[in-house]
This record gives sequence, C-alpha cells and structure tokens, in this order.
Amino acid sequence: MTTYLGLPTAPAGVGHLRGSEPFPAAARRALADTQLRANLAMATTTIRRKRAAVVAELGDWEELRAAGQAAKTGMMRHLDRYLEQLEAQVQAHGGTVHWARDAVEANQIVVGLVDATGSREVVKVKSMVTDEIGLNEALAAGGITAHETDLAELIIQLGHDRPSHILVPAIHRNRAEIRQIFLREMADVDPALTDQPAALAEAARLYLRRRFLSARVGISGANFAIAETGTICVVESEGNGRMCITLPDTLITVMGIEKVLPSWADLAVFMQLLPRSSTGERMNPYTSMWTGVTPGDGPQRFHLVLVDNGRTAVLADETGRQALHCIRCSACLNVCPVYERVGGHAYGSVYPGPIGAVLSPQLTGVEENPTLPYASSLCGACYDACPVKIDIPSVLVHLRARHVQEAHRNHRLPSSEAIAMSAASWVMADPDRFAAAQRASRLGRPLGRRRGRIGQLPPPLAAWTRARDLPVPPAQTFRQWWRDEHERPS
Amino acid sequence: MSAREEVLARIRAAVADGGGPARPVGAGTGSAPDLAGAGTGIAFRTEGGRDLGQLIDLLAERLTDYRALVRRTSSAELTATTRLAMAERGARRVVVPPGLDPAVLPEGIEIVTDDGLPAHELDSVDGVITGAAVAIAETGTIVLDGSPDQGRRAITLVPDYHLCIVRAAQVVEIVPEGIARLAAEADRPLTWISGPSATSDIELKRVEGVHGPRTLEVILVGP
Repeated sequence: MTTYLGLPTAPAGVGHLRGSEPFPAAARRALADTQLRANLAMATTTIRRKRAAVVAELGDWEELRAAGQAAKTGMMRHLDRYLEQLEAQVQAHGGTVHWARDAVEANQIVVGLVDATGSREVVKVKSMVTDEIGLNEALAAGGITAHETDLAELIIQLGHDRPSHILVPAIHRNRAEIRQIFLREMADVDPALTDQPAALAEAARLYLRRRFLSARVGISGANFAIAETGTICVVESEGNGRMCITLPDTLITVMGIEKVLPSWADLAVFMQLLPRSSTGERMNPYTSMWTGVTPGDGPQRFHLVLVDNGRTAVLADETGRQALHCIRCSACLNVCPVYERVGGHAYGSVYPGPIGAVLSPQLTGVEENPTLPYASSLCGACYDACPVKIDIPSVLVHLRARHVQEAHRNHRLPSSEAIAMSAASWVMADPDRFAAAQRASRLGRPLGRRRGRIGQLPPPLAAWTRARDLPVPPAQTFRQWWRDEHERPS
Repeated sequence: MSAREEVLARIRAAVADGGGPARPVGAGTGSAPDLAGAGTGIAFRTEGGRDLGQLIDLLAERLTDYRALVRRTSSAELTATTRLAMAERGARRVVVPPGLDPAVLPEGIEIVTDDGLPAHELDSVDGVITGAAVAIAETGTIVLDGSPDQGRRAITLVPDYHLCIVRAAQVVEIVPEGIARLAAEADRPLTWISGPSATSDIELKRVEGVHGPRTLEVILVGP
C-alpha cells in the first residue's frame, strides 16, 4: 500500500479508481469512436445549455458558490468532530454507524450486514462511492445479487459495461443500443419493444417494480449528511432512490467521510447549487432526507458506513484537499473540451473528467494514476462551472509537480525530462549561452519547411512530438530583430 | 486501534496544518438559522420579496413547467375540486393517510385509510391523496414530512397518481425559507417532490414517470 505524507491511499486490486492503460492510450482509442463522440457532443451541449439557463435565473449564484466553498472548507477543518457528531446523532435516532479504513473493509462490512439479514438480493440506488469501492463485485463474491435500479446504471449493469459519466453513466449508449441490451438481458421483456425512450423507461419500470416490492435490503450512497441533526440526504430523479430507501426492512448507506455538512441550514445553499449544476433543473424531482429510523415508516434497521479509502491522504495535501469539496454534480465534465471528446472511460476511474483528473490520482497516489493530471488543457472552464469553486487547474498543475517529484524520488537515474530541464536552466542562466542556443535552434528550420511546423523530431526528442506538433523556429530571434531595428547605424 | 479511531487519527494528522479558515463547530440549533454563509460575510438571499398572491402564481407556474397538473381553488370549493380531479383521473379507489381531513374527500370513491398497508396493496390502488408540509414556489417543490395528513413515505411512492393539497400558508418563495421552516422537523422523514418522477438517461430525452407516481396533481388552496 502506498501512502502520501504517511497517510494510506486507496488500496490497489479492489474497486474502480485505476484504469488498465494510461490516459493517452485510452483517449486515442476513444477518439476513433465516432458514435461515442456524437453521443457525447449532443449530451454535453444539451446539459450545458440547461445549466446556463437555470443558473442565470439566480441573481445570487456567485454568493451561493462562495457560501458552498466556505461551508466545505469549514467542514474539512473540523472533519473529525463533525463525523463524531454525525455518528452520535444517527445512533441517538436508532441507526448503527460503521467505519471503514478502505474499500476492502467497507465491502466486508456491507457483505456482513447483508448476510445477517439472510437476504441474497439487494436493490441499489446509484452511488459513486459503492462503485469506487467495487461493492457489486464484493457482493457477488459473497453470493449476493445486487440490482442497480437507476435507469442508466441498469443499462450499464445489463450491458456488462462501465459508467462513463457521473450523472448519466450510460451517456455513451444510444437508444438502439439500449433496446438491444434490454431485449437480450430482460427475461420477460415484450419482444415488440421499440427504441422510444418512453418505451425503454417503461420496460425498466416493469422489470424493476417486482424487485422493489419484494426487496428486503436497500443500499444507497449519500449526497449530504448533516452532523447537527444526523440527517442523510439523497437527491435523485426517477424514484428508484425513494423505492430503495423506503420499502426494504434494512437500509445500508455507504458514504465517503467528506460528505458530511456541519448544519441543517447548510442545505439552504447546497439544495440550490446541486440540482442546477447537475441536471440543469431548478430542483430535481425527488429528494429524500431521513434521520436514523422512524417507527412505522420505512426501514426499521439503518446502517451508515463511513469510508476513508484514501480521502485522508487527499486531506493531507494543502493544495489538493479542495478536491474533497466535490458534490458530484458533473458540471465540470459537461464543460470540459477534453471530456467532450474522449468520454468517461478514458479516465479509467469511476470519477472521470476534470474532477476525476484531480481526485483519482490523489486517492490512489499520483504514481498509480500518473497520466491523469495531464489529461487537461488547463483552459479553466471547469473552475468557472464548479458550484463549490474547486480550483481544478491549480490542483492539476500541483499534481503534475507532485508526479515529477515522486518520479524523481523513485528513480535513481534522472528522467530525460529532468536532464532537459537542468540543461535549459544552465543555458538560460547566461545571456551568451542563451543567444547561442537560439541561433542553434534555427538549424531545425529545414525540418518544417513544408507546412510551417515540425510533425516529428528525430529521437530522442521524438517523444515530445508524438502527441503534438512543434512550431518551426523563426528565422530571426527577437533580440536579433531588436538589434536590427534599433541599433542599426542610420 | 479500531477503524473508527484510526480514521479519526488520520484526519487529525491530515489537517494538522490548520486545514483552512475557521468556522464555529456545531453552531446553530436548527430552529435558529445558522446559514452556511454566516461568519464568512457571504450574503446570499435568505428570503424572497413576493407577496402571497404572486407566490401562489409562481408556484403554479413552476409546478406546471415541470409537468405537474395544477388546480387552484378556495377552502370552500376544495371538496368539489378534489371530486373533479378524481373524476377526471377516473380514480375509484384511493389511499389516504390516517390524519387527512375527511371533509376534503369527495363521496362516491372508495377510501382506503393507510394502516401500514403492504407495498403490493399500495400498488393496486388508483392513487393517493395527501396534504403537504411546505411548498417552495421558486423551484416548484412540495415537501412532505410524514405528518398525519401526509402519512408514511411508501403511500406517496407506490401508487401511480398523487393528488397533493397545498394551502397558501404553507408556501414560501425560496429554498432557504423552506429549509428554515423545516428545521424544527429535520429529524422526520422528508420527501421533496418537484414534478412527477422523470429520467433523462436515454439520450437526455426527458421521460416523465419511471418508478414514482407518473402523475402528480397539486391543488393550491388560496388564502
């Protein structure tokens, strides 16, 4: 297990924070998929427009963002005390609280809790953290069938696929593909099923309703948990969340420790920020809030599982810790020019897009996700869109520096990048050396004579041009031009 | 060391640098608003500026915008309006929570009073009629808090049609006002409803009605 500043990161071999290949390789393949790019472009354009319209309705949007940022910053400073307060309130209202150091421990706890009910099936609300820790795989290994109930998660599960977006995980699938998946995987589906979205949604309703009405165990994540009151909050659209939270006898909620909010009144801010940033609605169709167990209403056994899994390692990084402020709205994905072209799978983690590029490498340790901090053009659109003002570009740059430092520490021989940088440092420290180097660069001009740019440098410099073109060096340096213009004898 | 002690110790080690600007811990008791901006000098809106008539208009507009059906009536006409809604829906057998005022219920339909009905029985009725706790006009949101006139969460979830009676005094303008009103009952099970169940998971095409009631009808009872 790796650590950062002595704090353990998320363990390898469990869950979905690491891809099977580096971002550039995955991105190159995704870029060749024209159907994926068409689906993504349409989807992100639509959500961007909706979000912009509902954000413009609120005259105090910037104040709400600032308040959201302040609330999250304040929460993190005293996270230990807020978690203890949350635990005490949940217990006082008849719930049980469990703590998990990492994904392995969290999965063990949940499998044990389901086993104790005697049920071999659970219904699940879409939840990022259960995907992060690989809970479905752990349940399956324990002989327990997990039914995903969010429509998109159902499409993913039945398609034996991976989610590609935080909010709309099946964004990469079109209606014809979804129809094929349903026809193949739903045992008693009407063979005359059309590919109209309403017909597909109806098929999912019928398929899941039996499972909801007979389910004995529900599993959810949490959007917010209020320390002051012990209240858990789940925000959704379809009503599958309400089904899972209300109908079973036992409810197990798994949440990352950073989801806690200090006080009830904080919801005044976050219940405005989240729906408008996420689905581009003034308010999402359904939000459930519950506190422990309510006699005669809903599950009579409630378990809250608090998961670290690398979050405290993120918390230890003064610059990077703001990634923990994320409320999983996905606004940054929808505005990102890189995400829009490569989609979510290329990031290799359940957290894709700009927030994934800063969160995943910190949760796993940068050395285990070394290409993600570079999966950005640093254009800053994500920062502008973020409802809690996470400065994603600054964290990306910071993580690139961490990557260079850690690579330097781990390798006895300096990297070619380090050699190039120290050579540049020697050259630029002296005006004569710098001028000589500039003159020498003109020797490269013949390489780009045809198109005005250099597509491929000879080795060992070829690595630089593998993913980018190099502009042809100018015929004259600025200093030469200046001398010619101003110092020429008149 | 237990997982609890270890995670707490890790947190303390991680924020040993101070962890950012201070904010009072556990401030606010719920009844006295301790808005997130408090102490940071950030002034977001905590109340709206509309009068009651404008509020009801806004709520009706926003509910309709998110595909809820809306009827406006007076206290005197409420029962007649409920009868009309039932007739137009064709609902003959509806479930009601035990504390709903029987005077609002029309004659001629079968009323099933909830006493812990199992889910499959809720699945067989034509609809459910309830009151509400709070309505937020700006977002077109109705909040149920499990009071006797609203009942258990399951009764407004499983039936396919939900008729909700909202009175003028329950309407606030913006989310922070709704949160402040609900603070005293934060430990009750709350359900926020903004239009009928919906999904946009297939090519982002909005489809109303997946798992919750596919039809939400709201009767706004004027002042």
